[in-house]
Amino acid sequence: MAVAEGAKPISLEDEHHEGVSPWIDSWRLFKRNKAAVIALVMLIIIVFIALTAGLWTQLGLLDARGGAAARHTVNPANQTPQDAYPDPGLCARDGQDSNPYWCGWLESDVLVQVQNKYCFRPEPDTTQEQWCYLLGGDSDGKDWLTQTVYGAQVSLAVGFIGAMTSMIIGMIYGIVAGYYGGGIDNLMMRFIDFLYGLPGIVIIILLQVYFTELARTYQDADQQGIAGFLLDLNKDLGGLLFLFFALGALGWIGMARQARGMVLSYREQEFVEAARAVGASNRRIIFVHLLPNILGPLIVLETMAIPGYIFLEAGLSFIGLGVQPGTPSWGSMISEVRDRGGLFSNRHLLLVPGTALVLTTLSFNFLGDGLRDALDPRMRGN
Amino acid sequence: MSSTTPNVQTQPDEVKNLFQSGDKRVLVEVKNLKKYFPIKSGIVFQREVAAVKAVDGVSFHIYEGETLGLVGESGCGKSTTGRTILQLYRATDGSVTFEGQELTTLKGEQLRRMRRRMQMVFQDPYASLNPRMSVGRIVAEPLVVHGIGTKREREERVAELLELVGLNPYFVRRYPHEFSGGQRQRIGLARSLALNPKFIVADEPISALDVSIQAQVVNLLQQLQQDLGLTYLFIAHDLSMVRHLCDRVAVMYLGKIVEIAESEELYTNPLHPYTQALLSAVPVPDPKVEEKRQRIILKGDVPSPINPPHGCNFNTRCPVSVDVCFEQDPELVEVLPEHWVACHRV
Ligand SMILES: Nc1ncnc2c1ncn2[C@@H]1O[C@H](COP(=O)(O)OP(=O)(O)O)[C@@H](O)[C@H]1O
Ligand SMILES: [Mg+2]
Repeated sequence: MAVAEGAKPISLEDEHHEGVSPWIDSWRLFKRNKAAVIALVMLIIIVFIALTAGLWTQLGLLDARGGAAARHTVNPANQTPQDAYPDPGLCARDGQDSNPYWCGWLESDVLVQVQNKYCFRPEPDTTQEQWCYLLGGDSDGKDWLTQTVYGAQVSLAVGFIGAMTSMIIGMIYGIVAGYYGGGIDNLMMRFIDFLYGLPGIVIIILLQVYFTELARTYQDADQQGIAGFLLDLNKDLGGLLFLFFALGALGWIGMARQARGMVLSYREQEFVEAARAVGASNRRIIFVHLLPNILGPLIVLETMAIPGYIFLEAGLSFIGLGVQPGTPSWGSMISEVRDRGGLFSNRHLLLVPGTALVLTTLSFNFLGDGLRDALDPRMRGN
Repeated sequence: MSSTTPNVQTQPDEVKNLFQSGDKRVLVEVKNLKKYFPIKSGIVFQREVAAVKAVDGVSFHIYEGETLGLVGESGCGKSTTGRTILQLYRATDGSVTFEGQELTTLKGEQLRRMRRRMQMVFQDPYASLNPRMSVGRIVAEPLVVHGIGTKREREERVAELLELVGLNPYFVRRYPHEFSGGQRQRIGLARSLALNPKFIVADEPISALDVSIQAQVVNLLQQLQQDLGLTYLFIAHDLSMVRHLCDRVAVMYLGKIVEIAESEELYTNPLHPYTQALLSAVPVPDPKVEEKRQRIILKGDVPSPINPPHGCNFNTRCPVSVDVCFEQDPELVEVLPEHWVACHRV
């Protein structure tokens, strides 16, 4: 293995030097890749914000109703436009008449369109609180920033859970096939070949069509048993559960192939033979000898696969087959802008979820790159 | 600490006598051992279409306390023989007995108990140690697998073993990638000694090492043999180290044993044409002898073990073959005391 190349023999004097575990060694290699470290920091921030979104809402920085965030509340009656908005650029920068999205008033929870460049109503209504959104809002009075932050929850959940499930299923499948070999392996791999032959995206879309229909049909009906439980759970998760099923249905097959290939190569290594020669059980060989060696490369692969899941969710939500309506998701936000004709008048609204999407997926890609340098022994030594 | 790995040394006298040969006791007996690896084909339902006859009927025995060398070109089935003896591969046919006990039919717990008494040292010092485990864990693994001792006792035993193979006991926390090839080979040796085995199959343990290190490891093996009363099956692909190390040598060709004799006898009086060819390739330190020496160059390549030649399997390359060699497979016969050859021309 490449790891060992260039290893220095240990001098007998240097006996108190602590050994460097391969995991610590990996961390050192990882740290050398600056882009990966930055990506990791970015992701930690994104995950942190997504996880603590509820807290921001409580603090009033995000709006619980999907309403105002970072809002500037003013009473326009007492102020000149300039006073009201120290930085007019924060709202209605382009100031088009057709811009309904940046700022406005809420009247019975519906945002009144702003006609004025500086977010003023032609005849200020002093009884109404005035709202302004840091990154704009939609015509339902929902704040775009809040939506984006909550949308991060969906994207990250899809990314992580998609990766986890496909990794677990694929790894177990691949290890069983690779380790036990023979006829079992042959049958299991033919099944995977068959799945590979299917047009993946079509299957996922069809599954989602079925699931969305299912969820709609039983929206109110009280189902019993497991089906009822799943339907309820799916509803609580805003349609995410079925989305996981659809993504997971085919996501694991690549992982299974990789895992099997690696098990096959490690199974014949002499250290596995040595373990067998002392009488180690299959379980011990799999968990102590094979798994720790194949885990690194598989984690790398799965990290690289996360952007795919995130894009897939965004794409499905964009065409209305993703999360349920009302659940904020970057894909559905983008489609909302399109649906309401904001594509030309309010491009910035595309930019907000779009930037979030790109930043997140790029971060995962760079992270995967760094992890590969650090964890995949085949990549070492150059 | 050795008391925690009790060896079942005691044998009933009758059994002992059964395996007596002269004053030497037979430890391992291999009879007509075969190992075929099936070659399968088919898209969904696989049929066996052919077999690699890696080991095709070998018989020999190993005396207690001796070193038997097993030599032959690479691919002739030496490793497979070693592994089949240790039941890492299950034999296709034939028998292997260890201290009179049949191994090929052992299963489960019985087999696991047997494994304490026979161990293996591997060829590749880089592949034979798990890169994710520390030296301490690697050497302790046999003890853990067999549930021997407390954690403390195991740590002590590991330190003892490392010292035994000439490594600093402080190395337990280090990882394999920090060591040189020779040091790694010592770690592997420490692991194989952890359970106090009687018998060790050393599969080309020095082939991957620098020449300067080879002698060190060979000396260590000899030292350990003396101190611990070990019996070795020493596999090698050339004859130079073997003469120095082994009491007897078996020469293998294409899955079969062609000649077995005591080391000196084999070197001075090789009878099988294949052995003669192998020996002629070993450089002789004496320049006068070296000058007169004739090298026998074998023609052609080793035939495929899937389709070994009919008759004597050496007949495609043999310089002295006659008609009978193409018809009949020669038996391994004792032509001189303790000197066995499988050749029609001897
Ligand atoms: N696990 C296996 N499956 C199939 N064929 C094998 C396997 N192991 C060894 N062989 C074949 O058996 C023959 C003998 O191999 P081996 O015992 O490794 O030879 P040696 O150790 O003498 O170099 C070779 O032809 C090899 O390709
Ligand atoms: Mg070999």
